[in-house]
Amino acid sequence: MSSNPKSPDGKQAERKARAKPVWAEGLRRMYDEVVDEKLPDDFVDLLKKLDTNSDGS
Amino acid sequence: MTAADTPQGFDFRVELTRVLPHLRAFARGLCGRPDYADDLVQEAMLKAWAARDSFQPGTSMRSWTFVILRNVYLSEARRNRFRGDYDPDMAEKLLSQPAGQEDGLHMGDLRTAMMRLSPERREALLLVGAGGFSYEEAADIAQCAVGTMKSRVARARRSLEDMLTGDGTSGIKFKTQSVDHTEMLEELDRVAHHR
Repeated sequence: MSSNPKSPDGKQAERKARAKPVWAEGLRRMYDEVVDEKLPDDFVDLLKKLDTNSDGS
Repeated sequence: MTAADTPQGFDFRVELTRVLPHLRAFARGLCGRPDYADDLVQEAMLKAWAARDSFQPGTSMRSWTFVILRNVYLSEARRNRFRGDYDPDMAEKLLSQPAGQEDGLHMGDLRTAMMRLSPERREALLLVGAGGFSYEEAADIAQCAVGTMKSRVARARRSLEDMLTGDGTSGIKFKTQSVDHTEMLEELDRVAHHR
């Protein structure tokens, strides 16, 4: 509590930097790339089908 | 006419549509094959639609549908237990993609490394590292304890670290492994029995 050689902020930043290697960014990119893809047509078709069938049952 | 179906101001189909890109990303990360992943997502979509009455508006549609998708994936894995679901040809194609090289990371290497993780660790890393779920949310989706989720993520990170920073200078040498879902399946069984 009195004198800390390293500020807690510095230590935290250091830990954060170590916890985020290059591949962590890559992992997110891998995921985001799919999220950003245009939804394939068969999904759009399936969604439409869900919609029209909802009255039926 | 269908007002009884959905509470006011909540359109299940719209919400489902919104999370579909995430389901595709999760599924592709789980099984490593875009075509197979999309099949899984479509099946999950149908199941989610059929179960839409049990969804509580205001809760996370992404978490809810991830659980369904995960169950679809696991029941497929159970059916094809010995076949494995990692396509080396696809991996080869992905390996030749130049994306990500600028920062010293071959995306292909990362994909390959991910597929070499055990399924439960891969899932943990996908949920927390890629999908941005909290440990608590991820544990809910994977139906395990928060501590288990934390240790899976930590171990997955270490394994990836080892694989990606290892001695192999020209990418990873990977061998096709049959994918073993034992741990995940056993957990699913345990959960099923306790309910």
